[in-house]
Amino acid sequence: MAMTMTEKILASHAGLESVQAGQLIKAKVDVVLGNDITSPPAIAEFNKIGRPVFDKDKIVLVPDHFIPNKDIKSAQMAKTLREFAHEHDITNYFEVGRMGIEHVLLPEEGLVVPGEVIIGADSHTCTYGAVGAFATGVGSTDMGAAMATGDTWFKVPSAIQVNITGSMPKYVCGKDVILTLIGMIGVDGARYQSLEFTGPGIANLSMTDRLTIANMAIECGAKNGIFPIDGVTIAYLNGRTKKTYQAVSADSDAIYTRKIDIDLSDLTPVVALPHLPENVKAVRELPEISIDQVVIGSCTNGRIEDLKQAAVIMSGKSVHPKVRTIIIPGSQAVYLEALEKGYISTFIKAGAVVSTPTCGPCLGGYMGILAAGEKAVTTTNRNFKGRMGHVDSEVYLTGPAVAAASAITGRICGPEEMVK
Amino acid sequence: MILEGKTWKYGDNVDTDVIIPARHLTTADPKELAVHCMEDIDAAFAVNVQPGDIIVAERNFGCGSSREHAPLAIKGSGVTCVVADSFARIFYRNAINIGLPLLELGSDAKKIQAGDTLRVDLAKGIVENITRGEAFQAQPLPGFIQEIAQAGGLVSYVSGVRK
Repeated sequence: MAMTMTEKILASHAGLESVQAGQLIKAKVDVVLGNDITSPPAIAEFNKIGRPVFDKDKIVLVPDHFIPNKDIKSAQMAKTLREFAHEHDITNYFEVGRMGIEHVLLPEEGLVVPGEVIIGADSHTCTYGAVGAFATGVGSTDMGAAMATGDTWFKVPSAIQVNITGSMPKYVCGKDVILTLIGMIGVDGARYQSLEFTGPGIANLSMTDRLTIANMAIECGAKNGIFPIDGVTIAYLNGRTKKTYQAVSADSDAIYTRKIDIDLSDLTPVVALPHLPENVKAVRELPEISIDQVVIGSCTNGRIEDLKQAAVIMSGKSVHPKVRTIIIPGSQAVYLEALEKGYISTFIKAGAVVSTPTCGPCLGGYMGILAAGEKAVTTTNRNFKGRMGHVDSEVYLTGPAVAAASAITGRICGPEEMVK
Repeated sequence: MILEGKTWKYGDNVDTDVIIPARHLTTADPKELAVHCMEDIDAAFAVNVQPGDIIVAERNFGCGSSREHAPLAIKGSGVTCVVADSFARIFYRNAINIGLPLLELGSDAKKIQAGDTLRVDLAKGIVENITRGEAFQAQPLPGFIQEIAQAGGLVSYVSGVRK
């Protein structure tokens, strides 16, 4: 029976010849991921089951949300995570100073590879679809149970085919691709479904673009988003992973419930307006919107190419006097590379603050909370009411180049304004 | 099981950030979380919610973050059941896993208003609106998801079934 990439991966992990959309299966997992917020409840549930961990090499624990510890309670949560990691001799626990934002860190470390089934107690676990894995977010109880059993249940999702052609014009990035898609289908447009990216345009998307696109699959309700495995994937994995992997590909007659065409050549820089990621507008169509803060980073846009896009715009310029700009490299490796390439120097000279890797501001945790009435332009992934602070603050989602240009002008604007 | 309670009504795309904002995620205790449940969209909820009340919402309830703290906060507030047009998938899993019953009602969810008294037959998936004299049939939980729900959640299910 013809299958999509997602169906093939799920079938192989369920020990079945084939699966079809709607089928309930129990599947083995290759990676179980948790962070400092979601792991403590998962550990409590794991302890109730009363078994050892299924495989200490397949559990990945990353304190990244409220760390470096923002207060006593978050210190306690990080301590719970650390002690669990030590007690169970977890191979991949990443301490402060060696960590990164989980979804930047795991691909970078080669811990996620094609054909795997990956669950994480974090909704943006879907990021790893970029390397051709089936990856999806779950809750703490799912994580706790899977740490004991090594498997979990799924309903096999039906699939939406996103057919990508063309190549991106200057200043268009992966963020514009995914925001445009979410704008087309809405925040529940792919609910319970997989987004299967196909088409000749994919060859023109870097791994950074793919990671950004897969990362936000959840923002249109998708269970996962998955890219085919090609030369870009192999080149990214080479020298990065010690894992062996199988290149899974979709059957040519796989069944999709819907087909969406995106011609990259038609795209333009966009912004998602408050308070839903589906409120997508072209930057050039916006009225003048003055801003108070810019955040560049996160699991969506915290990679070296993202920082490069921002640095190119900000080089030799100054952040607008009324704007606070916070730049957060997604991992220690990204931070170091940005330092060596001079980006950090560019940011600091421009009047931005540069932080150690953390999810902090994206979820309104710490490091850049918004006051009532304030507006932020950010490269993060959610602009829900109150997401980054006061319930009457506003978040505008965009890519790094637009965010950097807006930091300079103090209003939402496109990067082309900077080079006139 | 038959549940009866008063309705708290919400619209489309109620995300887990408004169900329980991240600033309160330094605890996973349902009672502590319940104090802040829904505070960013409905300050009256945490103050006035009564044990046995029911949340009814429209499309895509529980979208966004995977935080299990969201169904925990709802459960901690004494709400016995959430009825919606549709649920976001991670919230759906989490609610089942922690033993918070959910019923997916499709567009009939629109017909239920704030303050209506509902009687919910979980096993049959029937939602009766006592205030308005209407009854609706929800989709039953499929396969072993029903067994997880009946076990009271995933951990009881895993511990019981696989020992």
